[in-house]
Amino acid sequence: MTSTAVTPDRPAGDRRPVRAGLPLTRLSGLGLGVAMVWFSLLVLIPLAAVVVTASEGGWDGFWQTATNEQTAATLRLTVGTALLVTLVNIVMGTLIAWVLVRDNFVGKRALEVLIDVPFALPTIVAGLVLLSLYGPDSPLGVNVANTRVAVFLAFLFVTLPFIVRTVQPVLAELDPEVEEAAASLGASRFVTFRRIILPSLTPAIAAGAALSFARAVGEYGSLVLLSGNLPMRTEVASVRILSSIENDNPDSAAAVAVMLLAVSLTVIVVLDVIQRRVVRRG
Amino acid sequence: MADSSIATRSPVGRRPGRHLLRLVVVAYLFFLVAWPLYLVGSNAFTDGFTSFEDILTDPDVTHALRLTVVIAVAAVVINTVFGVGISILLVRYDFPGKRVLNALLDVPLSVSPIVVGLALILVYGGRDGWFGPTLESAGIQIIFAVPGMVMATVFVALPLVIREVVPVLQEVGDEQEQAARSLGANAWQTFRRITLPSIKWGVIYGVVLSLARSLGEFGAVKVVSGNVLGDTRTATLVVEEKYLNFDKGGAYATAFLLALVAVACIIVVSVLRPKEER
Amino acid sequence: MSIEISNVGKRFADFVALDDVSVSIPAGRLTALLGPSGGGKSTLLRIIAGLERADTGRVEIDGVDATTLPPQKRNVGFVFQHYAAFKHLSVRRNVAFGLEIRKRSKEEIRRRVDELLALVHLGQFGDRLPTQLSGGQRQRMALARALAVEPAVLLLDEPFGALDAKVRKELRDWLRRLHDEVHVTTVFVTHDQEEALEVADEIVVINEGRVEQIGSPDDLYDRPANEFVMRFLGPVTQLGDQLVRPHDLQLSTDSGDGVPGRVARVTRIGFEIRVEVTTADGQPVTVTLTRNEFLALGIGTGDDVRLRIAPNSPTTAVSTPAQRADLAAANS
Repeated sequence: MTSTAVTPDRPAGDRRPVRAGLPLTRLSGLGLGVAMVWFSLLVLIPLAAVVVTASEGGWDGFWQTATNEQTAATLRLTVGTALLVTLVNIVMGTLIAWVLVRDNFVGKRALEVLIDVPFALPTIVAGLVLLSLYGPDSPLGVNVANTRVAVFLAFLFVTLPFIVRTVQPVLAELDPEVEEAAASLGASRFVTFRRIILPSLTPAIAAGAALSFARAVGEYGSLVLLSGNLPMRTEVASVRILSSIENDNPDSAAAVAVMLLAVSLTVIVVLDVIQRRVVRRG
Repeated sequence: MADSSIATRSPVGRRPGRHLLRLVVVAYLFFLVAWPLYLVGSNAFTDGFTSFEDILTDPDVTHALRLTVVIAVAAVVINTVFGVGISILLVRYDFPGKRVLNALLDVPLSVSPIVVGLALILVYGGRDGWFGPTLESAGIQIIFAVPGMVMATVFVALPLVIREVVPVLQEVGDEQEQAARSLGANAWQTFRRITLPSIKWGVIYGVVLSLARSLGEFGAVKVVSGNVLGDTRTATLVVEEKYLNFDKGGAYATAFLLALVAVACIIVVSVLRPKEER
Repeated sequence: MSIEISNVGKRFADFVALDDVSVSIPAGRLTALLGPSGGGKSTLLRIIAGLERADTGRVEIDGVDATTLPPQKRNVGFVFQHYAAFKHLSVRRNVAFGLEIRKRSKEEIRRRVDELLALVHLGQFGDRLPTQLSGGQRQRMALARALAVEPAVLLLDEPFGALDAKVRKELRDWLRRLHDEVHVTTVFVTHDQEEALEVADEIVVINEGRVEQIGSPDDLYDRPANEFVMRFLGPVTQLGDQLVRPHDLQLSTDSGDGVPGRVARVTRIGFEIRVEVTTADGQPVTVTLTRNEFLALGIGTGDDVRLRIAPNSPTTAVSTPAQRADLAAANS
């Protein structure tokens, strides 16, 4: 820029150039070192051990475990149900977030608390909770215990907060003037939602969907009492891994675990790509 | 369906649509969360307080409750110290690999608790883990003992404090810290007197959420604990065991206690949270 | 307590914030670092405070090498544009902070805080939280907080930048008077030339990481070292290849010497009249006159006039044709 392009009364605001962060001092460097050692011992090395153990049997062993009829059935059930639940959450989670942000009524605070309950409730208790309404003693007279519906229900319960909680703040930040502008330009309410609101929510929905999916494929606790863990019917991947551990077969446990991690990772990456693409376009 | 009904914002004709939406959401949450939750409470009290008397006089159950609290508190302390420290490093400092670390810190949210347990056994298992035999010959048992249960609990609740504290730190900015430094405060004084008070609420939310999560951890603890009655059995494992042994009263009573703590944690957070918004 | 800055350089990634800057700031004076946003003046101030570390060069405060000293050991008072108020502490506790860190006695702290609150006219606000104060009050609190530790130098980073125009003007006068009372070596950063000219004893003009000129307000205004300083300190217009202030141009209707031109437009702005003249070779020139001067001339749109630069007026030559085009664009 030339010196002449300067306007002397420009308000100061952008005066601090790219100051991303401080370089590490001796103290903070030490802190980072300690934190990294702890994080490695707790998370990184154990997860690496899962991958290493799974690969020890070679590709053949891995493939054998993966194509084992029972394992394949659990993976199909787990991933299929998790995808279905994530789709339901995308619709219902957005809807709930919408009502919590844009609507106002007595008891809204209570709904806010209800949303977080599945997050804080111990998963085994979550299973028991669902069993009391949808199990053999159901006051509604519907008994879904030991069926695939129970798996769906359990996933739905434990993943409830994720999309609601990622969409809610974004929705609250949206400027209503933009919607009013769209309306003044002749857009119908549906068009305003689809063209104006939805694109700004998509990254949050994608982020929430990724968390929700990952949580569902790994779910265990809520299913213990609810789904009966019937092989080939209601057995999910986590249960399969656990029985391999209990049968002292860590190799096949690790093989299924790696597949589970790979599925989660793929979905997270795909949704991250969607998120970025939307952000760039917007 | 959601699309057409959601767009009921513009002033004209919003009423009927809005009520419909509200109804759908309330009904959904009622059938998915509220009613089932209520039934656990009412099932726990079908025989009055007898179920509670039974479990609270059972030494195995009281031991399990105590153990649950000890493990949860230990895990929360570890995760708070680690979480606050790593949050400050991530927000205030630059170092190579920062982005990668940031992404890795969220990994525990997407790992199945059973896989967490498996991973810890593979490394710290006394028989053929990577480090387990060495540690065991030095007299340190991790798997099937309390240290492993603490580690499993720490693992699953690891990102919670960080996720609460990082945005608060970013929001507060570093000007107050710089001002403190220019007024003569050293690193520790700046942290104690300025940084910590300004991120206080973020830390408190993180601690409460971690506490709820830690008290309720089931799968990962089940794998690494060995589930030995009166020794390494925690409250959530008691719920499973009671239910499977047809002691439904005991299972519901224990579940009710756990649910009570969890809901209390949520309410504490939701009551505290609006206070901070200016 | 003087400040000696020698050959200081600083870059952020690819961006050169300061390029071999040397300035010596005399003790007891009120010095302004003036320049456009992003020009490096804030970075220089932060380097003096120790909030930023220089890549090269040396900083001396009161004869002591401070180049590598951390901020808490420099004994400087720093006032931030957005106040950096400690939000969880009362006004009193904010002001007392530095003294508490220095472990002064309770009694001494109380006395000193009372004095300072009186000095900044916040006596009755001691128990409030910063959020309960107005912007101007918060900035005065920040000043008292910085002064509490009896700093060797007081550094202010765009101290009035976040305030509205009226409060800014009040605080400006007040800072000048305060400095006359306290006499601490003071350096403040501003992008507002009027603020610098009005308040400072000495002005350092910084642009694109380099010092353009150092001098008193009179020096800078009357003897600008270069085109940038000329342009930055006030309005300019161009006559031929000379830059000149519009109020240093004289108009006449006689046929003496001077550049001939025709009045294109006359605008009245309060007490001054702006006359736009197009010269015979098509150059647009702006002249400002007082109302009386304008009435005495008796000219209007379309009249032929002659343009002259008043004797002893500061002018600078426009150096290259390329720049001339830029200037025309920037002027329009």
